[in-house]
Amino acid sequence: MALLDVKDLKVFFHTRNGVVKAVDEVSFSVDKGETLAIVGESGSGKSVTCYSLLDLLPKPPAVIEGGIANFDGEDLLACSSDRMRHLRGNHIAMIFQDPMTSLNPFLTIGEQLIEPLIYHPDTTLRLSRKAARTEAINLLNEVGIINADTRFDSYPHEFSGGMRQRAMIAMALINKPRLLICDEPTTALDVTIQAQILKLIKQLQKTRDVAVIFISHDLGVVAGIADKVLVMCEGKTQEQNTTKEVFNNCTSAYTKKLLSAIPKGAKVKASEAQAGSTLIEVNHVKTYFRDFSGSSDVLVKAVDDVSLDIKKGEIFGLVGESGSGKSTLGRSILQLTPMTSGSVVYSGTDLCTLESSQLLPWRPKLQMIFQDPYASLNPRMTVYETLAEPLLYHAVANKKTVAQQVQKLMDAVGLDRSSVLKYPHEFSGGQRQRIAIGRAIATNPEFIVADEPVSALDVTIQAQILELILALVEQRNLTMLFISHDLSVVRSICDRVAVMHHGKLVEQGNTETIWAKPKMPYTQELLQAIPTADLKR
Amino acid sequence: MHSPSQTSQQRSSLWLDAWIKLRKNRMALFGFAVLATLCVVSLLTPWIAPYSYEEQDLMLGATPPSAAHWLGTDIFGRDMLTRVMYGGRVSLMVGFIATAVALVIGILWGAIAGFIGGRVDAIMMRIVDIMYALPFMIFIVLLMVVFGRNILLLFVAIGAVEWLTMARIVRSQVMALRKQEFIEAAYSMGLSRWAIIRRHIIPNTLGPVIVYTTLTIPSVMLLEAFLSFLGLGIQPPESSWGLLINYGVETMEEYPWLLIFPGITLSLTLFALNFLGDGLRDALDPRASKD
Repeated sequence: MALLDVKDLKVFFHTRNGVVKAVDEVSFSVDKGETLAIVGESGSGKSVTCYSLLDLLPKPPAVIEGGIANFDGEDLLACSSDRMRHLRGNHIAMIFQDPMTSLNPFLTIGEQLIEPLIYHPDTTLRLSRKAARTEAINLLNEVGIINADTRFDSYPHEFSGGMRQRAMIAMALINKPRLLICDEPTTALDVTIQAQILKLIKQLQKTRDVAVIFISHDLGVVAGIADKVLVMCEGKTQEQNTTKEVFNNCTSAYTKKLLSAIPKGAKVKASEAQAGSTLIEVNHVKTYFRDFSGSSDVLVKAVDDVSLDIKKGEIFGLVGESGSGKSTLGRSILQLTPMTSGSVVYSGTDLCTLESSQLLPWRPKLQMIFQDPYASLNPRMTVYETLAEPLLYHAVANKKTVAQQVQKLMDAVGLDRSSVLKYPHEFSGGQRQRIAIGRAIATNPEFIVADEPVSALDVTIQAQILELILALVEQRNLTMLFISHDLSVVRSICDRVAVMHHGKLVEQGNTETIWAKPKMPYTQELLQAIPTADLKR
Repeated sequence: MHSPSQTSQQRSSLWLDAWIKLRKNRMALFGFAVLATLCVVSLLTPWIAPYSYEEQDLMLGATPPSAAHWLGTDIFGRDMLTRVMYGGRVSLMVGFIATAVALVIGILWGAIAGFIGGRVDAIMMRIVDIMYALPFMIFIVLLMVVFGRNILLLFVAIGAVEWLTMARIVRSQVMALRKQEFIEAAYSMGLSRWAIIRRHIIPNTLGPVIVYTTLTIPSVMLLEAFLSFLGLGIQPPESSWGLLINYGVETMEEYPWLLIFPGITLSLTLFALNFLGDGLRDALDPRASKD
């Protein structure tokens, strides 16, 4: 008998627009010391599955329509809310995606950690404050927080993202649960931190012998941690098997599609313009910010003396972890963020010497694609207005030809012409990114900065958008600075690559040369941290 | 290439879509109809009112509603229907004009302060703070003393007080919007600052602005009543709803109709404004459900 045995779970959402079958007859089981990964794209029902087990869904609209969840002889779906409250935390614990929003910013880490110990519902199990503190510090040590006894009194904002996730894990483990549910625990973290957290979860599971349900959209992450994998799509089970079987000989078409969408290997077709002339010269760019948040104002060196050349027709990758200054550099090159010193020479003109009004004629040639397709489109403008605005403003089209031009743009980015009158919220994430790309290419630019254009997208959508970007770069003779934290994506589309760390350029060169022989230790560390979906090693 | 669908594409915009959506919202239409009726009646009052607004009949005194005087008469024997109609002229005018003054100043001030930010924002908002701190009664009394009692001045004076909150609301909206990526996208597109404010910022601040506007209009009407009561606004025999209510309260126990009828009219106006405001807010937000 497995620790948790779920049979035919059905969760429907009764919305105004009809019934949404979020989870439709899903069955799985997890045993002590076992890790089950539930994988799927956004909207697949993977989170809803786990939330329904803990009675964490908003009801209404959610209704559990059927199924049994047998946890150690007890049906989770049928137990009373008092009993559920007891089970949550004591027997089943959860770790969430964003450690910042799941910690109370007004309480110290330690205070939040000992809370369940000193207010334990069972008074005989209650610990004194002192005993709780000792236990919590031991636990913090166990999850790898250095100087745990001093960090005990720190506030969440004084912890880094990785440290916060460690603290969250400690909180989840404090009452020694038997089942741990991790909802995308590493999605918000940098790749090197992600590798550490994954290692920690794996190690804790061994020492404590807990069952783990690991929810993720990333097959690469799952490959390294799970014993069994459940692939979900639109509420239905697509595939369920051991990790090895899923990765090596999967049977469902959807899993195959997921696996093939993971970017791997080198760029298939290198850009022809390898030996071409330089389009943009970035010389000793420094962008500093003043940080007023502390007591004394500190100079934050977001970009610190970076020089690079981007050749005409190439896709130049810029990789780094969050806070490395890669986005700031991209914005500084486009003069959207004022630089402290240095120069950006574009076809012989130093853009930094121009006043903002003098820059206006250059703007159409230099465009940008943003990370979040939800935030980068004006919610009150239809697709038509969004695309027509740059066309009319820069006189690429006149009032008579603009409708036709907009349709051409829609075709170019693969959007249905009939959706031209819709507003951004009526589109999916991938389609919105297509609109944003359409807006960026409207004025026939020569150079585009793409700032994490696929990071917010599901892996199959990501593959489609990358394909679109590659096609557009080739057809329209574009040069692109491609900023990303995802090394696999960068490798699959970039000709050359530069690695940034703490505002400094660590290493640059041809993509394949860097992958084969990274010179600097930081680059080596980054490359090693990439989770791979390849189990054939 | 000039199919009918294309021409409609070119014309479709936030405002057109909003209008189509508003027409489907029954409550908003009701609000609109009520307000329109009140406005038309007020405009035509000098011609359609049954009596003259200053015509007194002291012998008659206060009488309850009757066939001759549908809404009764006040203690001076003046016809209440006439007085409510004339009162509507003043109240609606104060409500709309003073609010419009507040809207224009508030939106521009707030949008500019929030968008430019930094020192300009600091100075502009300190000015707002100073204005807040000024006792507004003194401000209005001063205006009245210097320029004499004048109904236009009353609009300006009230508007000049009400725009402060509007400016703050707009500023906070704009500051949140300014950091959004679509504003940055507009920058990188090469749009001028003014084009960005006009096309991307202001339309996105409309929701809270409209709601606040529907709250401002009634508060302005009551402010006028208060000023009139103090002798700073309009004076009898001229009337406004606020003034009628104020006098009605004094004689509430003996002659309740003197309070009830102006009260009903004012409440009806406020309901209508709220329905219309809610409808407008939803209509101007493409994300609100379409049906």
